[in-house]
Amino acid sequence: MRFLPLLAANLFRKKVRTTLTVGSFAVALFLFCLLVTIRGAFNQGVEAAGADRILVINKTSLIQPLPLAYRDRILRVAGVQHVTFANWFGGVYQDERNFFAQFAIDHTTYRDMYTEFVVPDDQWEAFVADKAGCIVGAATAERFGFEIGDRVPIKGAIYPGEWQFNVRGIYHGRRPNDDLTQFWFRWDYLDEKVPSFAKGYVGWYTVRVAPGQEMVPVSRAIDDGFANSPFETRTQSEQAFMASFVEQMGNIELLMLAIGGVVVFTLLLVTGNTMATAVRERTGELAVLKTVGFTDPFVMGLVLVESVLIAAAGGVVGIALAKLFTLQGDPTGGMLPAFYLPSWAMAAALGLALAVGVAAGLLPAVGAMRLQVVQALRKV
Amino acid sequence: MVRLGLNGDSGALITLRDLGKTYHRGSEELHVLQGINLDVDKGDFVAFMGPSGSGKSTLLNLVGGLDVPTTGSVTVAGDEITRLSGSRLTAWRARHVGFVFQLYNLIPVLSALRNVELPLLLTPLSRTERRRHVETALSVVGLKDRAQHKPRELSGGQQQRVAIARAIVADPTFLLCDEPTGDLDRKSADEILELLERLVDDHGKTVLMVTHDPRAAERAHAVLHLDKGVLT
Amino acid sequence: MALPLVYNVESVRARWTASIVAVLGIAGSVGVFVAMLALANGFRAAVVTSGSPENLMVRRAGATSEIDSAVNLEQLRAIEDAPEVRRGSAGPLVSPEVVVIAALPLKKTGTDANVQLRGVYARALEVHDRVRIVRGRFFRPGLYELVVGGNATESYRNLGLGDAVSLGGSVFTVVGVFDAGGSAFDSEVWVDADVLIPTYQRPRGFYQSVTARLAAPDALDGLKRRLEADPRFTVQIERETDYYARASRMMTGMILGLGSLVAVVMGVGAVFGALNTMYSAVAERSREIATLRALGFGAGAMVGSFVVEALLISAVGGLVGCAAVLPINGLTTSTLNFQTFSHLAFAFQVTPSLLAGGLAFALLMGLCGGVPPAIRAARLPVAVALRDL
Repeated sequence: MRFLPLLAANLFRKKVRTTLTVGSFAVALFLFCLLVTIRGAFNQGVEAAGADRILVINKTSLIQPLPLAYRDRILRVAGVQHVTFANWFGGVYQDERNFFAQFAIDHTTYRDMYTEFVVPDDQWEAFVADKAGCIVGAATAERFGFEIGDRVPIKGAIYPGEWQFNVRGIYHGRRPNDDLTQFWFRWDYLDEKVPSFAKGYVGWYTVRVAPGQEMVPVSRAIDDGFANSPFETRTQSEQAFMASFVEQMGNIELLMLAIGGVVVFTLLLVTGNTMATAVRERTGELAVLKTVGFTDPFVMGLVLVESVLIAAAGGVVGIALAKLFTLQGDPTGGMLPAFYLPSWAMAAALGLALAVGVAAGLLPAVGAMRLQVVQALRKV
Repeated sequence: MVRLGLNGDSGALITLRDLGKTYHRGSEELHVLQGINLDVDKGDFVAFMGPSGSGKSTLLNLVGGLDVPTTGSVTVAGDEITRLSGSRLTAWRARHVGFVFQLYNLIPVLSALRNVELPLLLTPLSRTERRRHVETALSVVGLKDRAQHKPRELSGGQQQRVAIARAIVADPTFLLCDEPTGDLDRKSADEILELLERLVDDHGKTVLMVTHDPRAAERAHAVLHLDKGVLT
Repeated sequence: MALPLVYNVESVRARWTASIVAVLGIAGSVGVFVAMLALANGFRAAVVTSGSPENLMVRRAGATSEIDSAVNLEQLRAIEDAPEVRRGSAGPLVSPEVVVIAALPLKKTGTDANVQLRGVYARALEVHDRVRIVRGRFFRPGLYELVVGGNATESYRNLGLGDAVSLGGSVFTVVGVFDAGGSAFDSEVWVDADVLIPTYQRPRGFYQSVTARLAAPDALDGLKRRLEADPRFTVQIERETDYYARASRMMTGMILGLGSLVAVVMGVGAVFGALNTMYSAVAERSREIATLRALGFGAGAMVGSFVVEALLISAVGGLVGCAAVLPINGLTTSTLNFQTFSHLAFAFQVTPSLLAGGLAFALLMGLCGGVPPAIRAARLPVAVALRDL
């Protein structure tokens, strides 16, 4: 610790260079954290998917509906504990670019199924009492300034017409990566308003499998029950369903990550080299330290510590900035609702920074240790 | 002729009147030069000698317009350069001064030819004209056949000769040499001093030289001593 | 009076290890920048070339895509009878189309992806005149036959010429492959509309969209005004190219948004790298710089020279970055287009203007990385630096 002044003096000798090097590290690690966040956002659907939920959709096509009558039949299948349903509404709020998912849900069963979402009891009750009510996710509410009691107009696309809903509640998530952008209103309200040929249809059923039961046999049992009917079903776990979407996005994600990997690698290379150069420039002084009496391992340690300190400083700055950035939420306007930087990623980033710090400092540090004093002084 | 301690207008090429330079180190004041009065005529060869820290280099820097005095004036060919500032001073320097440094200060990545050409880039001369002047300068210092060599391919003495060629190529009013033989062995040093003498005797150049070397001082027309900022 | 360019070139060469680092940083940034733009470009191009400026598209008013649109027979008639629509030898060039989403397994992963299944009539080929059958033949009306886009046949299992595939409970045979010029249609599967409607239990008498050829490109406005104002019809009419431009907006926006973010952040890092390199250069060459200043090169010349040097390095970096990224041109990839909810294959598109943009980006970074050190070079205390050992 008494060598701290020496360490500090060395680091602050060339303030501009130290600042720039710390800055480069910060940038590289900011990007690293950003990439982890993007990857997480793409995969959010999978990661946040309920582990015990399965989805029943129309086998012919995702966009085909299922009859409401199926609900009771699904409930009677062995292993089924709870059933709810919803429709994708797909309307437009003011502008097509203000995208957020809208669902017409069954207000009697939805809340018990999606337990990761939290709505205060009094708000939920208000929702149950108002047929034209709606519950908005905290993120969407904040984005558009919706407050309880507001009237939200949505222009229907699949279900044409001007729809109006009253905000009765705001939902939050239990986990940091939960999707807080959804908009729920009542299926019975939707069904009441659609023309008669469209009444009585749901978009999909969500089923909770009873504890101890296996999802695959229950799924198969459900599908077998509706085989050869006009509305054949396809049942799969919520995770598998989400994964298939991610698969389709797959290439984009892979590309972004590949590019990002290159980026981070390059930056670290650049930064590491700068640090190595800085050390080489100080060969003379290091030699002088040795003539004064500091040992070889000490000089090597000095160089290494400086290296690691710069890397750590840059790492902390970069990670902190990344965290701040991700706290602002989705920068793409609706396509990546779960824009979140997890703690493990922050720790990994710091580890990466330190590793590079050691690597960049090691070679010149060893060189410093082996330095022949006479040669070094002659160079001066 | 070199004259000390006169006042008024003397018609000399270089006139220093009451020149002084003081540095401030925190609260301390360092009087590096005090009350320098000097006249140097065209064609003079003056050597300044003195112990380390006596202000020799500072004097040279002031005369060459590389630094600004605290008191007094420097007049060269009728121009009071201490009145000039910034870019005007730079332009003046380009036109009137040829520098020769102890460490040669050649640009390592350029060939001898291009090094010598540098001062001419500040003039309106065309490429062919510049090349002609460079060849002449290199011939004067005897290095015409080394024109394409880079400094690291030349010996110390040869590098200094290239530096001298650079110093004379634009035909400056006078030459300022700061320890020109300081880094050279005896033989090379003698060659350089001979060259400087030739420039003065045969080509009518005016040379102000700072040196430690008594043999260098011998070659000058006049030797002045600087001690604790006072010229004698 | 300026310092000769050869001074900068030789100086960069002499310090090539340090320069390489700056070059790499800038090359990386430019590469990412161009790659991202090429990705967005390719996606947009694939979607936009689906449309022709001579065609119009009719959907239900308020529909956000084709899937959620419905056009009835009465509206179809109005289009067929409209004088602004071109007539071919067999009647008006009008193509009513049914669009559904089907799930088919991808060749690469075996998992399902959403395919757009388009029910059309023979007239469709005349209206979408950029679509041509390149292998096999068009389906015959009334039969369970499919024609498949070039990308679709590459991406999905069981969509090869002659394959049989099960859709909506019936078995279809692939009888032809068509080329749609790299547009979104290339990722689609086409079938007889009259076969698709019962197979997918779509209501009869309704289509998702109607595409028609204009008699003259500027006839659109008249038709649009007339029909959109008519209270009997709730339709939206637009030029086909405009529809597709909007259909790609979200995805293009996302790619550009994320890509720009990454490129800019990396650009900052590259500028830091360049700054470091140039500051080191100034420090190493302080005696040189002082000599040049002593010789009479003014502040302007010094700043200019170092900025030129930085620009040289960054130009090389830009060229390396562009060259490195050039091979991805034409590389195909695919994704889910959220707006149409279907899988779309497209190719990276690197254009000369993109490359020029990349180079400009590089030079901008060079400027940012070169000016502050250049100013330091110009302000160096000359007398001190000259004797600096």
